Amino acid sequence: MVGEGILKGLAETARNFFGSYVDGERLTTVQFPEQRLAPIEATRDFPFLVYDGEDWHAGMRCVACQICEKECPPKCIYIEKSADKKPDAMGKAQFYPAKFDIDISVCMSCQICVEVCPFEAIKMDTEFELSTDDRFGGLLLHKDKLAKSNEHYHRIHPTEAAAVDAGLAAERMAAEARTKAAAEAKAAADTKAAEAKTAAASMQASGGGTQ
Amino acid sequence: MIDAAQTADQIFVLAKQWVLGYSPAALRPLLSAVLSVVPVLIAFPLLFAITTVLERKGLGRIQNRYGPNRAGPFGFFQPIADGIKSLTKEDIIPSSADHAVHLLAPVVLVVAAFLTYAVLPIGRGMVIANLNAGVLFFFAVGTLVELAVFMAGWSSHSKYSLLGAMRAVAQMISYEIPLVLASVVAIMAAGSLSPVGIVAAQAGYSGILPHWFVFTPWGFAGFILFLVAATAESNRSPFDLPEGESEIIAGYYIEYSGFKFALFFLGEYLGMFASSAMAITLFLGGWSAPLSFLTWVPSYVWFFLKLLAMIAGFIWIRGTLPRLRMDQLMGLAWKFMLPMALLNIVAAAVWKFIPSPPVRWAVCAAILIFPCVVLSRGLRRAKKLQVRSYQFAE
Amino acid sequence: MSAASVAGEVMEELDAAVRPADDFGEQLLEVSMGPQHPSTHGVFRMNVALDGERVMKLKPVFGYLHRNHEKIAEQETYLGSMPYTDRLDYFCSITNNWAYALAVEKLAGITVPERAEYLRVITGELTRLQNHACLIGFLLQDMGASGTPLMYAFREREKILDLFEALTGARMMCNYMRFGGCRVDLPAGWLEQARGVVAGFPKFLDEFEQLLQSNEILMERTQGVGVLSKELAINAAVSGPMARASGVNYDLRKVDRYGIYDRFAFRVPLGAHGDVYDRYMIRVLEMRESVKILEQAMKEIPGGPIVDPKTKIRGFRPKPGEAYGRIEAPKGELGFYLVSDGSANPYRYRVRPPSLINLTVLEDMCLGRNVADVVIILGSVDIVLGEVDR
Repeated sequence: MVGEGILKGLAETARNFFGSYVDGERLTTVQFPEQRLAPIEATRDFPFLVYDGEDWHAGMRCVACQICEKECPPKCIYIEKSADKKPDAMGKAQFYPAKFDIDISVCMSCQICVEVCPFEAIKMDTEFELSTDDRFGGLLLHKDKLAKSNEHYHRIHPTEAAAVDAGLAAERMAAEARTKAAAEAKAAADTKAAEAKTAAASMQASGGGTQ
Repeated sequence: MIDAAQTADQIFVLAKQWVLGYSPAALRPLLSAVLSVVPVLIAFPLLFAITTVLERKGLGRIQNRYGPNRAGPFGFFQPIADGIKSLTKEDIIPSSADHAVHLLAPVVLVVAAFLTYAVLPIGRGMVIANLNAGVLFFFAVGTLVELAVFMAGWSSHSKYSLLGAMRAVAQMISYEIPLVLASVVAIMAAGSLSPVGIVAAQAGYSGILPHWFVFTPWGFAGFILFLVAATAESNRSPFDLPEGESEIIAGYYIEYSGFKFALFFLGEYLGMFASSAMAITLFLGGWSAPLSFLTWVPSYVWFFLKLLAMIAGFIWIRGTLPRLRMDQLMGLAWKFMLPMALLNIVAAAVWKFIPSPPVRWAVCAAILIFPCVVLSRGLRRAKKLQVRSYQFAE
Repeated sequence: MSAASVAGEVMEELDAAVRPADDFGEQLLEVSMGPQHPSTHGVFRMNVALDGERVMKLKPVFGYLHRNHEKIAEQETYLGSMPYTDRLDYFCSITNNWAYALAVEKLAGITVPERAEYLRVITGELTRLQNHACLIGFLLQDMGASGTPLMYAFREREKILDLFEALTGARMMCNYMRFGGCRVDLPAGWLEQARGVVAGFPKFLDEFEQLLQSNEILMERTQGVGVLSKELAINAAVSGPMARASGVNYDLRKVDRYGIYDRFAFRVPLGAHGDVYDRYMIRVLEMRESVKILEQAMKEIPGGPIVDPKTKIRGFRPKPGEAYGRIEAPKGELGFYLVSDGSANPYRYRVRPPSLINLTVLEDMCLGRNVADVVIILGSVDIVLGEVDR
């Protein structure tokens, strides 16, 4: 029929028009900022530094190895290593970043820094409402702005944070097992050395006695 | 009961007579003219403002989104916001433009659009100028719009605007002919060129059904032809090639900004309302009620309801159809609509001479339908359009 | 020579190329469509010489979005270039990643585990679906359908982008492929959500087609417009849906059989006329084929590792050599040519952008047509300026 395609098209738009009043599928707008979509867990926006415990300076996991600075494609991370060391979660004395700056106007949220970090110290945050009218330094985040707690990490990425915590706990247990084994081995070696000494001493004594 | 309905119907006429009663006799003609004109000058721009919001919200709903809903309740203060914006914007004129013509073009457009309202009967006894040749006056003044469009395109001294103006003039001239020929059938049936007379010829009822011309085969065909031509005359989608937004950006008014741009917008919509109002007058019975027991509703209410329905139709079509290209547009006007309009006149004439209803329905419908089908099939075949099927490789 | 004078000379040369002499000694109207234009799919400029409404000459001018991608890659490590490949054809970031990963895997001789191959196919075909849906929406928007089909297409695209966000963390810049597999495995419930989206897609396609299929205006505007002959398509190295619409039976998924595409049963639609209508319909049919592939892949996906355990993230130094890896991206044949000199950065990194190569035949398709057709023909070529300019 002449004009059939046009009439079918008109029927389709009419269906969408009336459908938008009754069907949520046909009116998918979310009235931001009064309504927001449920956040998707895996979303990534800009990096942040994780710290354990209450004190962000003492508990920060970053040891200023500068691997993320080297691997970052647009080179938006700037790290200055400290001169002294502070104890990390396992008690070992490590360097820490005296300066840790990320320029989020350069960062492209590629997440490579997260992938290469050996210490699970840098993770991706989900905050995106970071606009500022200070165009010279407003988007350069320093260590204090970047440091967020492990609880925050659990809140934004629960599955990932649970896996990281499990991994860190396993590492800690493995490290403790290793130190225990090393201590036991050392203790065994010490006793053996002590026994050998006493044996040698007694042999000498008996040897001397024979002569 | 009837008195109350009649008073409500004639309330504006009675109010005007009341005011005139208090004025000095020397001023009465002038005051009568002013009192007739001012309501039209207020009502139709107000309708324009409401239409802009309705269009945006309607298009939005068709496209699965809200339209504007932040300015005022449900976004209905949006035209105020748009008005403030267009008034406070900088008026940029290209340095090589012809300043006088550039300034006059939107003025001519708006004046021409308003002039056409002079002959439209908005209610029972509510027409500004009851001219004997009102329909002729309407079409004559309506062509001033084309002049304004070309003035705008030419004076802007820019390639895009020139392209747009050329397209617009060609389109509008081509569609004048089917427009006028489609209205001839209503004139023939009513026997008068006066819009008031044409509405009066449709104001009767047989049973509960009205005598509107659209309920006859030639009236229906004429209505469709008139509507298509009116859409083309007001440069609305799918005929908005002169302002083809995605190709030559804004066409003939690309160099306009601020208030003059708003005037172009106003003029285009006013033209749309005027054409719709003329279609209502010619084919849909003007201000008469659709069913005989509904005549207690005031006549101007029916007029505006019909106008709103037609505006909704325009919005619906805009949201659905892509744009026609220039040569296809012209082909439609000259090769399809002109022959159909002429055949329509023949059908209307034949209608008058056959007395019995079923026979004349059959004959007139046959006169219209068979050539329509044959013509459209032939045109399609000439263009070699097909619904294709595709082969697949594994 | 000052920069301004050099620029002036360049402009004169360009204008001279476009200002042709005409037989009647009349001047043709030269219009510059772009770079700011609602329909050029990005910052793209066409110098068009018109005789009335007909196009007499057309010269594309691009480079407005050049971002030194290939030079940056010479300074970055191989992994560091991966996020930059997202931004080439920014609509289809996952297929860009895939082509690059394929090239590096060829260079270094890395194998990919099976689950990773399935993940690649699933995400790649989802990318193809959303690209084609949006492209058809854009085509109709250019034709003046005031955005209605575009909004419907974007409604479906949002569902696919939600899937991508749940899997990779970002909607568009996914950075998903790694050398030897994929970066992250499917989270819980993703496969069900994806199945739901794919199951609802044919219904959307039916609605879409109803809006447009036998629409007379659409047919009039696209049939017979912008015809690309089969010979010219082959000679100009046109690839992808544009070539298949001209009848060239060349789909890299069937020709190269990269990945595991030889395990899936799907057909390749071919057009007969090579006009805009064919290109549009081929993409609709390809969407249906992609849905078939997705259903099969999601049913058969096995368990296992998602990345080759031998690959290194840091300190990746492939042996000296060269490799060319190509895939059937939604826009055509996307290829990466890498030359390695044994260091951590590539010596030469070259992208074969399908959008640019397909764009070279624009003038041949547009000669003699109207200005309105130029916009539609450009839309049917399916360009993304990020890829054209890199």
